[in-house]
Amino acid sequence: MSTVATSDDAHGASAAGAQPSPKKNGLSDRAKGERSLGWKLAGPAFVIMLLVTLYPICYAIYLSLFKYRLTDPDNRKFAGVQNYVTALGDPLFWEAFTTTAVIVVVTLIIELILGMAIAMLMNKIVLPRRTLRTIVLIPYAIITVVSAFSWLFAASVDTGFFNHWLHFFSFGQFPLDYDWFGGRWSSLTIICLSEIWKTTPFMSLLLLAGLAQVDTSLEEAAKVDGATWWQRFRRVVLPNMKAALMVAVLFRSLDAIRIYDNPQVMTGGANKTMTLSMLVSNETINRVEIGMGSALAVILFVIVLIVAFIFVRGFKVDLTGGGK
Amino acid sequence: MDHARKRRRGTALTLAAALAAGMGLAACGSDDSAGGSRTLTWYINPDVGNADATKGGQATLAKECADASGGKYRINVQLLPNSASDQRIQLLRRLAAGDTSMDLMSIDPVFVAEFAEAGYLAPVPASLEPQFREDRVQSAIEASTWNGKLVAVPFWSNTQLLWYRKSAAQQAGLDMTKPVTWDQLIAAADKSKTDIGVQASLYEGYTVWINALVAGAGGKILQNPGAAGEDTRLGLDSAAGREAARIISTIAKKGLGGPSIGSNEETQSLDLFQGKKANFLVNWPYTYGALTGDKKDVAATVYPRTVADKASAPPYGGIQIGVGAKSKNPGLAYEAAACITNRQHQADYMAKAGNPASRKASYTDAEVLKAFPNGIAQTIRGSLDVASPRPQSQYYGDISTGLQQKFSPPGAVSQQTPATAQRFIIDVLKGEALL
Repeated sequence: MSTVATSDDAHGASAAGAQPSPKKNGLSDRAKGERSLGWKLAGPAFVIMLLVTLYPICYAIYLSLFKYRLTDPDNRKFAGVQNYVTALGDPLFWEAFTTTAVIVVVTLIIELILGMAIAMLMNKIVLPRRTLRTIVLIPYAIITVVSAFSWLFAASVDTGFFNHWLHFFSFGQFPLDYDWFGGRWSSLTIICLSEIWKTTPFMSLLLLAGLAQVDTSLEEAAKVDGATWWQRFRRVVLPNMKAALMVAVLFRSLDAIRIYDNPQVMTGGANKTMTLSMLVSNETINRVEIGMGSALAVILFVIVLIVAFIFVRGFKVDLTGGGK
Repeated sequence: MDHARKRRRGTALTLAAALAAGMGLAACGSDDSAGGSRTLTWYINPDVGNADATKGGQATLAKECADASGGKYRINVQLLPNSASDQRIQLLRRLAAGDTSMDLMSIDPVFVAEFAEAGYLAPVPASLEPQFREDRVQSAIEASTWNGKLVAVPFWSNTQLLWYRKSAAQQAGLDMTKPVTWDQLIAAADKSKTDIGVQASLYEGYTVWINALVAGAGGKILQNPGAAGEDTRLGLDSAAGREAARIISTIAKKGLGGPSIGSNEETQSLDLFQGKKANFLVNWPYTYGALTGDKKDVAATVYPRTVADKASAPPYGGIQIGVGAKSKNPGLAYEAAACITNRQHQADYMAKAGNPASRKASYTDAEVLKAFPNGIAQTIRGSLDVASPRPQSQYYGDISTGLQQKFSPPGAVSQQTPATAQRFIIDVLKGEALL
């Protein structure tokens, strides 16, 4: 009986081996059920997401192939890739590209250093931890346009206090009537400062989450082995929080590439401070050149995709979490 | 059992989706014009009272006209953004989307051509046209006309004046009873180490200045109004254009436009004048009402000349009233526009809101003379007669932005700037360059 049973079992097992379909799919009935339930639960949201994101993206790509001005719909002409050729060959596009790149790189580096410092401080401080975290987050809670106006007023010649402070602390060396928004680099300085002030808290919070993942025993072990602070930071802390670090850098750079509010409020694009997003909005909304605007939007989208791809593949950022 | 449950679930889902869609549709289809009195919507630019009907602004006119209509219509006032460009964008987007609430719109004169060319404005009824042309200053009629047809209603007419302090002019030895030139102002300001209030930020007001300088030297920025984009001819690359560039560049390089000339809009230049850092200012007539403190020393005269032997071409501005082509009640809307711009309302509006009327009769009204004393009312009236509009074109936005971009920052303007700007704007209109 038992032998039969055994042979039956063996037979059953080998039969299962010979007919591998259910195993090969790798799904038991339960898993299949779960997957189907998952689709049913997430399906409607997924469909809505496709409608509100994929449709506009496809429509923008379609529109970008036309010479089409909203106030002159009768003259809509198919232009092929002409809009892309014009855009990529235009000095204004590259000027906006450079401005955007400068803002991204400068703000990212400074925010990373400052954010890390604040995160490490918040990680070490035990007593007023919650209060400190709330205080640090305040600038991030302010609406970007509002913060842009505050910085604009603070740095303008008539209402601002920056010049007065700089004048005072430089013992009268700094001119009181210095026009921050009169040149490209001085305008970009204020724009970057405002960005840094506003988004460093976001950076530090993401980095704090990373720091919390670092096993303190590893640090202690390194300390016992005589590693200096810098060595511990570089060899133990940083590698252990790489995932969080890269996610922070990725999110922040994708965010910064789309920068619009700060330069729009402060300079409106004067003195070569126009960013790519401003260029898109200018073409689409001000000039109602829907075709060219869509082409520029698609180019900006591709730039964002490329940056995300470089991060995810090049630096092996795991957006699903977990991996180190 | 299982199938039955699935089917039930499917039915429930379909029902829920239908319900949601139905609710959405119902929300879209709501119509508040039903009932005895129709509601017209008037998109107004910000003025003295904004949406407050007690201050004498457009909201007051809306209320008075609605009351006078004997219940025929009510006017719901919607406030547009501050800057002319933002006002255009909001109107344009609604018009392009076929918004049926666009009954009445306060439109900056420079955008009338674009809206009319795109077919966004309802035709002016022939019966009301004589009323809309009656007693109007010529510049106001020109600004409301496109391709020889009246397409909007002249509402109020603006023009820039040269504001100055009598004491400062006297000190500089300027005879302000005669027209002065920009060069005289530059010399006076340079000598007294004060500024001249001008608008040279990257915005519409800078185009106003550039256009006035070019027109004052006898030039025309746009040679063939109404032409298609690729056929547009510009007159910037000319002696007049270079003369304009010379004046802008001199003021900027000598630092006579204040420390932040490249960010100066009307408000900042007014502040310079108010704070006595500038004794000369080119600005719209609201200046007098906006100045605080003792105004005895303040006077206004006609806009400065670009060249000594040619009369100046003061900037023209103001507001025209347009009626949307998709409005459900265009006839009623034009009726309301006739009431808004009638003789009494024009004078009331000028006296209370400080915005000059397009009707000539208003300039002798007692209340108006009280609000614009010392002959300022007559100066405005005289300036309106010779005022020169900005280029009338369906591509005005592109021309204006192109000008502003190439003339910014003012300190970098040179004798080559007009030619560069001209090439750039033509490329933009041909679709060969970005803006």
